[in-house]
Amino acid sequence: MQRTTLDLWVGIFVIIGIAALMILSLKVGNLNLSGSTQSYVITGNFENIGGLKVRAPVKSAGVVVGRVTNIQFSTQTYDAIVTMDMDSRFLFPKDTFASILTSGLLGEQYIGLSAGGEGVMLKEGDKIMKTNSAMVLEELIGRFLFDKASE
Amino acid sequence: MSSENLIEINDLNFSYSTRAILKGIHMTMPRGKVISIMGGSGSGKTTLLRLISGEIRPSAGYVKFSGDVVHELSRDKLFKLRRKMGMLFQFGALFTDLSVFDNVAFQMREHTDLPESMIRDLVLMKLDAVGLRGAHHLMPNELSGGMARRVALARSIALDPSLIMYDEPFTGLDPISLSVIGNLIRRLTDTLGMTSIVVTHDVQKSLKIVDYVYFIADGVIAAEGTPKEVMESTAPFVHQFIHGEEDGPVPFHYSGQSYRQDLDLGDTRV
Amino acid sequence: MSKYIVSVIQNIGHRVIESIWRLGVGSRFFLLVLLKSGTSLRRFNLVIRELYFTGVLSLIIIVVSGLFVGMVLGLQGYETLQKYGSESAVGTLVALSLVRELGPVVAALLFASRAGSAITAEIGLMKATEQLAAMGLMAVDPVARVVAPRFWAGVISMPLLAAIFSVMGVLGGYLVTVVFIGVDQGTYWSQMQSAVDFRFDILNGFIKSCFFGVAIAAIAVFEGYDAPPTAEGVSGATTRTVVTSSLAILGLDFILTAFMFRGVS
Repeated sequence: MQRTTLDLWVGIFVIIGIAALMILSLKVGNLNLSGSTQSYVITGNFENIGGLKVRAPVKSAGVVVGRVTNIQFSTQTYDAIVTMDMDSRFLFPKDTFASILTSGLLGEQYIGLSAGGEGVMLKEGDKIMKTNSAMVLEELIGRFLFDKASE
Repeated sequence: MSSENLIEINDLNFSYSTRAILKGIHMTMPRGKVISIMGGSGSGKTTLLRLISGEIRPSAGYVKFSGDVVHELSRDKLFKLRRKMGMLFQFGALFTDLSVFDNVAFQMREHTDLPESMIRDLVLMKLDAVGLRGAHHLMPNELSGGMARRVALARSIALDPSLIMYDEPFTGLDPISLSVIGNLIRRLTDTLGMTSIVVTHDVQKSLKIVDYVYFIADGVIAAEGTPKEVMESTAPFVHQFIHGEEDGPVPFHYSGQSYRQDLDLGDTRV
Repeated sequence: MSKYIVSVIQNIGHRVIESIWRLGVGSRFFLLVLLKSGTSLRRFNLVIRELYFTGVLSLIIIVVSGLFVGMVLGLQGYETLQKYGSESAVGTLVALSLVRELGPVVAALLFASRAGSAITAEIGLMKATEQLAAMGLMAVDPVARVVAPRFWAGVISMPLLAAIFSVMGVLGGYLVTVVFIGVDQGTYWSQMQSAVDFRFDILNGFIKSCFFGVAIAAIAVFEGYDAPPTAEGVSGATTRTVVTSSLAILGLDFILTAFMFRGVS
């Protein structure tokens, strides 16, 4: 008799615990892009990635379509190879343009994709050919001063 | 021979590191008898029980339990053997998180596949034997000392063992509970046909119920015999023990360096 | 004087050797518990019974502390972030601190002092009152019957409690910043969701709490089983459980954090 109420409490405890894990995953963690089964990997070479970090979002028209999974330095081309995990629901043409952008003035950096017009789509393992580096503040100021001086 | 003697102890020695506790003990314990082991505190009585149950290994000699040498058994065999043994601890050692009923049912649930209805009947029978059938729903902390020990007794006979060991069953009991426990030991031994070993220093009570007595002092058997022989014994040790004299063969002082030396009155040793 | 120094050094050396010794014995006991866990899995109602004592009875303290920690984080975070005009990030701050660190660590510290000490005291008292010896003589292995179920109940409870703690914290932060201060609730949730990653934050936090659960449960059962069978022995063992597991939690947390977030920063 006493045992069943005890079991009931343990059952409630386990349900609350699992519910908490679900809330964390779905509501707090926004679990929808993690499954590697539904994604494809593409890479892109950037001359300068600025402050881009692993796990930064890949956005197109402001919508998150993938995440940066790896950043490496290439000793052949002396630039950065960025690997991106793309949601397989979103396919992009081969001549898509990738640039490193900043959200807000001081916000985090992300990769913005603007779709090209070609009919062939990017697939697993492909490389984005058209890239645009991050804006580095010092270079920007330097160019501004140079322009001012030459006026 | 082994059909008549449940336990044979031959030249049993045991020591903790260098301190010898038992030195060459010989004992035989026939089936269906109550055997008492007496001796002063710290004389190795409890150690003897632990050797019989196989908790510790002797440094020499052996204990034979119905033909098997206890310390040579494998772990599985030893656990099987222990199902034939019951042990009543000094203060009962009831499982405090289980009710009286569950305490008695414990071994049946652990070791048998009996249906719950049969376990219920058996538990009530065992509790009835110690007169506590009505207390089956209580928790151990609701019991008096004497009742707790009777429940523990019911628990130790749960699987009808052929041997029960009682470690100081009379300690800290009022005279009525003491009689109850003493008579229960005798009655259960006779009705269930098992062997009982009672370790105690309560001389007067135990001499009334036992069949044979061993006195242990300094790790050896100082005296043995039936209660009648023991009562009439003139051996100084037995005399001292039975009549509770302060000094005698069992010294009042624990051996150590001399009193003068301990008090820093200069070294008196040669 | 030199005699005094020598004795101090001897004392330290003695203690170090003693702790290493205990670590060895403890590890052996841990393996023994794992080996003898078969009974717990076959008779899972033994574990369920212990889950009540370790899990259900720890719920209140976990829920209340989680709520308060979240409220404090919300308040402090808001005060600091509003100086830079980014009070919208308060949801991110609350959630990331809870899910990555505070949830597992604080919940584990509370769990060690609430449930870990109770496990140690219970096993220690069972030993002191000869219940474990009695069980052994009834041919029932006390490690399998008493220790292993408590160990597994601790291991199972810990991650669930840590998750509950984090959720309560997020709710507490919500309560303070959205309900009391007036941060937009859509911002609170969306900022949180865009910053918290399932695999890196939540899964890693969950893994951390699993490690903590194993550590606390192992320390608690070992200290209880190893306690000298006296009143002082049991109380000393209870204290040691809380101290050792708290240190183990913080040490493990550092190691796990360094390992998990190595590539990311």
